[in-house]
Formats: sequence, structure tokens, C-alpha cells
Amino acid sequence: MIADLVISLVFIGYAISVLMGFGTILTWVERKQAAVMSDRIGANRAYIRIPFTNVKLVWWGLFHGMADGLKMLLKEDFKPRTYDWYAYAVAPWVVFTPVLLVFAVIPFGGALTPARLWEPLAAFFGDKTYYMQIAKLDAGLLIIFAFSGLPIIGAMLAGWSSSNKFSLLGALRAGSQMISYELVLGLTTLGLILIYGTVDLDAIVRMQSGTVLGFVPAWGIVYQPFAATLFLAAAIAENKRIPFDLPEAESELIAGYFTEYSAMKMGLFMFAEFIEIAIIGALFTTLFLGGYNLPYMTDAGFAFPGGAAVAMPHAAVVVTQLGVFLLKVFLVCSFQILIRWTLPRFRYDQVLLFAWKFMFPLALANLVVTAVVVWAVRA
Amino acid sequence: MSRKPHVRKQYWNEPVMGLWEKAYLPEILRGLAITGGVFLRNMFKWVTGRKGALTTYYPEETRWDYAPANRGKHVLTRRADGSPQCVACNMCATVCPAKVIEIEAGFDPADSAHPKYPVRFEIDYSRCVFCGLCVEACPEDAIRMAKEVPNLPTGDRWTMWLGKEELLEWQPQSDVAKPYPPAPPRAAGGERG
Repeated sequence: MIADLVISLVFIGYAISVLMGFGTILTWVERKQAAVMSDRIGANRAYIRIPFTNVKLVWWGLFHGMADGLKMLLKEDFKPRTYDWYAYAVAPWVVFTPVLLVFAVIPFGGALTPARLWEPLAAFFGDKTYYMQIAKLDAGLLIIFAFSGLPIIGAMLAGWSSSNKFSLLGALRAGSQMISYELVLGLTTLGLILIYGTVDLDAIVRMQSGTVLGFVPAWGIVYQPFAATLFLAAAIAENKRIPFDLPEAESELIAGYFTEYSAMKMGLFMFAEFIEIAIIGALFTTLFLGGYNLPYMTDAGFAFPGGAAVAMPHAAVVVTQLGVFLLKVFLVCSFQILIRWTLPRFRYDQVLLFAWKFMFPLALANLVVTAVVVWAVRA
Repeated sequence: MSRKPHVRKQYWNEPVMGLWEKAYLPEILRGLAITGGVFLRNMFKWVTGRKGALTTYYPEETRWDYAPANRGKHVLTRRADGSPQCVACNMCATVCPAKVIEIEAGFDPADSAHPKYPVRFEIDYSRCVFCGLCVEACPEDAIRMAKEVPNLPTGDRWTMWLGKEELLEWQPQSDVAKPYPPAPPRAAGGERG
């Protein structure tokens, strides 16, 4: 019992530190990648001076994130004269908390047996095996959709309670856009659920460690390339980032639904956005890119298509899986940032037309084709 | 009464999209390939120790393509004996639109031809607009503007002043046939005494 608690706390600590780390590092990655993509250098002036010396650590501008955080903490916390103060104060948390909660069901590693990791741990943990996932729920994917629907409420609360017309317009846009794309998001993953026959994310990852046709890794993106594209597009729209950043379009609405927020409240909105990039990366990795496993890799080691198998010690497998998961998530995040700095913003009517007249029928068609193929194969 | 149907205005540069462009995704992928290619190219340059960015990392790096007419620094010319030609008349300081020139005049009874000389001659480069009016105003050709650009940018504006000593440190690069400061006149025909 105590052992389970300890393991859970360790996993929770790991998950939160990973998310916070991604949130912080992505602010830097976004700046730097945008700069490199447009032949610039990017932010690189902030430095930390080692006390009592003249050694200045610049580290390619990594400390700009710290400077930004400090700035947000020290800025004036402006409070607008709004009639619904409670909703105004609670809105950033309603946006921020579900984003963190989504990660609870995402597996960031395979099976972990502490006793096999290090002998003395056996005295405490016994012979138990844990799944590297905070909550191993059978309804994993459904939980994700339940939680990722909540930030809509936060965005609309923020826009409504700010008593600002720009905020209200941004909130309306956020509401209509996020609800539309939620639907597409759900429909694209339905095809995967049909193929894998489960919504347990760990089981989905385990099924992806096999092969198709003998040599292609059985990743979701191989089965459902179309759904993967639609999923990524809808997920970016969910996150309200360019090209779908209508709710916070700077040139039209100042900052959209969080116009009236300042200091760390505004920072929470920004931070939630950056963490959601990581969450989308984790979800995309889990559903379409084989999760924490390298191609041909299982919890036992590698099993190559030719029949060759390489057994790996347990510790090596655990470390590889954790590292591979982080790497895949980072690459997907980087791809999202690439999209964000490439495409121009949609017009408002185009966003909704794109959702309802383009992506929705395509997702439906994809689902129908998948269902027919799965039925034909199983029959 | 019948309503006139709405006719959309036709622009001369109306974009015409074929099926390929209307499919949206291929063009998106093309755009991503362009930006991603630029990113990878610049990253490769960075990894191999070259610079991919077009921007100049200013105080550490300066541009090579300053205009030939650029004049970025003041110089004080000198007489044949090496003393500054300036007579501390304050004309440049008066005409200066940015009010960056500060002159403290001194009296030299030994030099009857030029009894007034600058004890201090300081220019604040953090405010100077490089208009060259001081050069126009000078009756003695004592102040000129040179092509060099002093490397002054810092975080502290009080370190961006140049004093008399630095301004006098000018060695003409183009006219090396003549010595500078000009050779002192022969003692016999000398006008000073």
C-alpha cells in the first residue's frame, strides 16, 4: 500500500516536472526556432552571472524564460472593475488545471518493476510491477476528451467576466471554435479505437509495438495517416494557436479573451497554452507514433523483423522508454511550432467552414472506411 | 421592385486556384517544407560553426557595408606643434542641435596668437545625431568628422562620452604623403615666437 503510494507520488512528481519543464523550455524553443526559421539569431541577451566572478552564462538565451517568469511575477496585478470578480479570478485556473490533468492517463513508459531495477528495492516493493502512468484507467482516451473539454469553460469565463468587448468577442470565438474542433478530434480517434478495440492508452501503445506486413512498425500513423493529419490540425485548433488563433488574434482583439488579465494570471494562460503543446505532442505520440517504444521494441527488448532479437536489461529498457517518449513529444512540439510560424491566420468564417464542411466530413469518411475495412478483415 | 443581385468585385490580381491549391494540404506541406528547409539549413550552418542568420550581432559584430559617406566619429585637428587647433569659441556647442558638446575654455598667456584653448572638450555619443553642423560652424577647421565608428555601446550611458584625448588621436589614413600634424615651420621664418 505504502509502496503503491510512493510509486504514485514519484510518477506524479515526474509528470508535473516534465510538463513544467516542457512549458518552460517551449517558450525558448518557440522563440529560437522562429528566429532560426527566419534567418535571425533570436533572444540571447539574458545571462546569469556567477556570483563574485565576471563569468556570464548565456547558454543560447535559455535564461530568457526565467527573466520572463520573473517579469510576470513582479508586474502589477491589474484588477478590472468587473461585476463577477469570482469568475474572473477562477478562470485562469479553470484553463490551467485540466491541461495538467490530461497528462494523468498518458503512459510515459512501459512496465516498471522496482525489484528488477535495483535489488535492495525488492524489500520494499516486493515483486510488483507498475505501469509508468499516473492513472491506468480503462477509459483513458475518454478521460482525455472529458478533461480537454474543460478549458473551453475557462476561456469563456475569462472573456465573459472581464467586462471588455474584445474579451467577450474572443471568448465567443474560442467557444465556437473549440467546440467545433473537439468533434473532429473525437471522430479522428474513433478510427483508432475501432482498429485497436480499446481506449486504454497503455494497451494502445503496446499494440503499436508490433509490425505490419512484417517490417513496418504498427504505429497508428501507418494505419490511419489521414486521421493523424486531421487530429494534429484539430488539436492545434483546440489549442487556439496560429493558424487558428482567432480567439486571441492580436491584430483584431488585442489579446482576445485574456485581454484584461495581467501579471501571473496572464502568465497562467500562456503557460497553459505551452503545456498544451506538450500535451498534444504526448497524445499524438501515444496514439499515432508508437508511444514510448522505439520501432520493434517491447518491454523485453528489441525484436527485429528478420527474427533477430536483442534482450535488454530492465533498467536500460526503462531509461530508453522514458527518453524516447520525451524525444518524440519534443519532436511533435517542434513540428507544431514549425506550423505556427509558417501559416497565416484563417478568417473567422473560414475557421468554422473548415471545421464543419471540410474536416468533419473527411473525419466521418475516414471513420466509415476504417469501419468497413476492419469489418472486412475481422469477418 | 426587384433587388439587384450582389456582384462581387473583380480584382485585376484575383488569385486563381487550381484543384491542387484548393486541396489545401499539398500547399501547406510545400510551405512547411520551405520553412523547415530554412530551419534545417541554418541549424546545419550553426552546427558546422557558421552563421546562418542575416542579422548582425551588433556590439560584438559590426556591419561591413557602412555607407562610404558615413561619418561616425569627431576628430580634433592639431597645429604643427601638436596643440589642438580649437580656440574654444563654443560655436560648435552653440549650433549643436542635440547639445552634446561640452567645452571648458582655458587661458594660455604664453601663446599670444591663440590665447584661448580647450581644457575639456567632450562629446556625448549617446545623444549625438551625427548631423555635422559642428563641422560647418567651426571657424578654425578644428573639428571634423571621420569615417570610423567608435565602439561605444554599453549598458551605461555615462561611459559613452569621448574626451579631448580620444578626439585628438586622429591619424589620417588617406593622405599619407604629408606628415600630420604638419611639420613645424622653420625657426627663422616662424610666425610664432
